Amino acid sequence: MDNTTRYQRLLERYQNGDLDRRSFLGLIGAAGLAYGLQTPFARYAAAQEVTQVRFDGWGGVVSEAFREHAFDPYTAATGIDVVDGTFGGGDEYLARVRTSQPGEYNIAHLSGVFDYARYHNLELSVELNEDNIPNLQLCMPALSEAFRAISGGPLSCVPYNYGTTGIAYNRAHISDEEAQAQGAGLLINADYEGKIGGWSDWRTRIWYGALQTGQDPNNITDIEAVWDAVRQHRDLALRYWTSGAELMNLLAEGEIHVTEGWSGRIFALQEQGHDIGYIDPPNGFGWQECLFVIAGSPIEACEELLNFMLEPATSIAVAEGQNYPPALDPTRVDLGAKIPTLPAFDPTGTLDHLTFANPDYWNGNEQEWSETFSRVQRGY
Amino acid sequence: MSIEAREARQPWILLSPTLTVIALLLIIPVLFIVVYSFWLRTSVGDVQPGFHLDNWTATLTDRFYRDILLTTLRIAAVTTLICALMGYPAAYFIARAKGNKALLLLLLMLPFWISYIIRTMSWIYILGSNGALNTALQWFGITAEPIQMLYNETTVILGLVHFLLPFMVLNVYVSLDGVDETLEDAAGSLGATKWQSFLQVTLPLSLPGLAAGGLLCFVLGAGTYITPAVLGGPRDAMFANLVYEAIIIQLNWPLGAALSLLLLAVLGVLVMIYNHFLGLGQLMKGLG
Repeated sequence: MDNTTRYQRLLERYQNGDLDRRSFLGLIGAAGLAYGLQTPFARYAAAQEVTQVRFDGWGGVVSEAFREHAFDPYTAATGIDVVDGTFGGGDEYLARVRTSQPGEYNIAHLSGVFDYARYHNLELSVELNEDNIPNLQLCMPALSEAFRAISGGPLSCVPYNYGTTGIAYNRAHISDEEAQAQGAGLLINADYEGKIGGWSDWRTRIWYGALQTGQDPNNITDIEAVWDAVRQHRDLALRYWTSGAELMNLLAEGEIHVTEGWSGRIFALQEQGHDIGYIDPPNGFGWQECLFVIAGSPIEACEELLNFMLEPATSIAVAEGQNYPPALDPTRVDLGAKIPTLPAFDPTGTLDHLTFANPDYWNGNEQEWSETFSRVQRGY
Repeated sequence: MSIEAREARQPWILLSPTLTVIALLLIIPVLFIVVYSFWLRTSVGDVQPGFHLDNWTATLTDRFYRDILLTTLRIAAVTTLICALMGYPAAYFIARAKGNKALLLLLLMLPFWISYIIRTMSWIYILGSNGALNTALQWFGITAEPIQMLYNETTVILGLVHFLLPFMVLNVYVSLDGVDETLEDAAGSLGATKWQSFLQVTLPLSLPGLAAGGLLCFVLGAGTYITPAVLGGPRDAMFANLVYEAIIIQLNWPLGAALSLLLLAVLGVLVMIYNHFLGLGQLMKGLG
């Protein structure tokens, strides 16, 4: 029985009157004290016998798909429970991991290759034994190679899905032809002042600033021009959205007519019947997500779980739920009917048509650019 | 041990659990933050221990932080003023109500039962392009197109007023409830009009409550993070948002520590000024 269930049963007894208030609070306090005292030493016990693995992801349909297709079968096969948590953003999650005890967090559904590099640089990576993850062979090599380049060969994650951050627009106000013709420039078109949105993420703002000034996002030569483009967008924008849910709400409610958007979220809006167009401009922002094993975790148990999560049935169910193509190689695995219709899907399995951020380049500029963006956003 | 010595020790014995909790959960963590503020962020986002004044130099001399701090204090001051103007009449009405005070106070407390974030987000559905207000304006033919009302400083202040108004009303109410109504009658018997008796008798006696409510609204408003994040536009940010960005987005915990200590110091000075002139006792009454 896990701690949550224990607590719920205790609470139920208290609410039913089977337990007096003093005893209830006493037991809760004792449990808290015991947990606080044992935590620094829990990892040694955990090293001896693995009883649970913690997975953290984005929640929603993804977690439900993981629970049904991977976690429950994994628990049935191994007897190891999977505790799944959620996070609102990669930065917030990294802050949580950094303040935790080793082994407290095990596997995370991380965004981009940046995060992989950040975790690796902070010595939070491990070396996975790929022989224990046979389903990794079904994934597109192009995705794994990006991670190998950072950690010098071994992997601390398995690739899981990919997508793009393209331009989403309301077809009632902006035609497909206009969107295609203007590309990234649509986001700084003064005709749409007050109806433009954008993600509050500094990387995306700079990436699109580079596209708007005709520069290669992985080799920006005139950063001042990029900041000017970011300022131009800021002054025209109504809102910097901070989550996928907010992005969808702003577009669906007609608050904004054009913004960058995550391919899967825009596809979900289209599925709901909203007349929203989506294009990836030349050099549009491609990204991939991975399942990362954090240092201090029970490696073999995590490898086994990763293999369950990479099972084609699980990967496809998750992909169909979140509308992002899976990392599975479409030339080797039948991905069904829906996935080939998703935005950013690459039937060749090479991903040559997508531009990914160079992690060395972007992480090398992270400190300076993220701090400067904070100022530019506020009118500087 | 003498009786005097035992009596002198008794308050400390009674206070010791509270003082222990305050030490563990407030003073020691703040000391950690102080130590962090002298460290540095490494290029990979880790921290480098040591004694460096870089973060404090940036925090105290950079115009960017000063401007955002002043904006924060201005927004908090405007919010407090609006809360005072709106809260005083409401508190007066409740304090002078006959018979249904408990119900009115219950209604006042009702918003606290709903999450602050949800209360803040509710404005999106009221002021949005397809929100209740725009729909009503168009339905009555007052406007042809939706008016853009959301995502600016005004909506940030509106959200803060919504959040803080009950704190002001409660404090003023506690103060007004303690004012003897017969004093107004006495002023009237001496020839004062109702307005004069209010201005010269009731208002001065209720000023401590107004000041306590003002202090609470100001401090809570200046430290807020959620409201500008939910209801603000790209430029709208308060100081707490910078602390969040430094710590969570930029992984610069030392700078975030220095920024948070600066905000703490500024608000601490305000509390000390209030305490010097009015004492914190009134604040405790309102909170109680």
